[in-house]
Amino acid sequence: MTNNGFVEKEKNMSDIADRVRKIVVEHLNVEADKVTDKASFIDDLGADSLDQVELVMAFEEEFSVEIPDDAAETIQTFGNAVEFLTKATS
Amino acid sequence: MGEETLGEETLGKGLMAGKRGLIMGVANKRSIAYGIAKAVSDAGGEIALSYQGEVLKRRVEPLAEELGCEVLVECDVTDDAAIDKTFDVLRQKWGKIDFIVHAIGFSNKEELEGRYVNTSAENFALTMNISVYSFTAIARRAEALMSDGGSLLTLTYNGSQKVIPNYNVMGVAKAALEASVRYLAADLGPSSIRVNSISAGAIKTLAAAGIADFRTMLNYQEATAPLRRNVSAGEVGNAALYLLSDLSSGVTGELHYVDGGYNIMGMSVLNPKGDA
Repeated sequence: MTNNGFVEKEKNMSDIADRVRKIVVEHLNVEADKVTDKASFIDDLGADSLDQVELVMAFEEEFSVEIPDDAAETIQTFGNAVEFLTKATS
Repeated sequence: MGEETLGEETLGKGLMAGKRGLIMGVANKRSIAYGIAKAVSDAGGEIALSYQGEVLKRRVEPLAEELGCEVLVECDVTDDAAIDKTFDVLRQKWGKIDFIVHAIGFSNKEELEGRYVNTSAENFALTMNISVYSFTAIARRAEALMSDGGSLLTLTYNGSQKVIPNYNVMGVAKAALEASVRYLAADLGPSSIRVNSISAGAIKTLAAAGIADFRTMLNYQEATAPLRRNVSAGEVGNAALYLLSDLSSGVTGELHYVDGGYNIMGMSVLNPKGDA
């Protein structure tokens, strides 16, 4: 039971990662393999400050969640986004 | 048409045929100005777009292409020379124009939260210059190019009439903008140039992301508005077609709400048992 729950969670997280990656790739026009956990939207993926805001709006839409302003400020990397959205949708 | 798709389809095909004009303030696909640009383009109008700065240029370029826009010009409305240049480009391209949409506003994000009373003189002046005076500066130049009359349209928000928390100095600016619409309508009416505004309900745009706790504005509006939902940029676009086209040839100086009726409510419905 616990084990299954763990497997489900992993599966859920990788599904979320795929959806987040798709948004990032499309929005920032970058190669998918550049979008790693540690990749910073601004420093590594060429985003400007408006991209950052647009990405958060796209995440909210894709996952039907609300991302408050202070939480949005903590979403700096791809990994941050996946982690936040995994929690927000669980 | 389902509720989800309201505003996605432009009504009034052919309504803007033969009309040419400038739409200022498209930032991305979520922009209200984009909703208007798309509606005008779908209705047969020819459009020019203006943007401010490189950051917005790369966002607007693909949209200009998508909309078959013939003129894309940079215009920083705090710069008189840039406004002059914009109108020179329009004159050279078209000779005369029929409409202008002004969807421009700015205030420092730090002052779009907390207490209005703390607004700085510097940001007050900047907000008024970009969000209010620019419409007057543009109207003056437009008059010279509207030899057969025309329609000027600006965008406002109900934070001008009633206090909306965090909207602050932008509410004061929108009140001044609405007053400008009346004065401009009186000045330009004899030249058959109409001047109107649309007060759109809260819409989640890039600009709105600068307003603290904007989500609450959306949720409150959705719960309070008689239509019990928020409005889309496409719906504002469709309403704009009325004000920009000859359908509204007898209308000037008007403030037109596209807000699901939110503005008429004096109180939110706390116990909506009357809802279907």
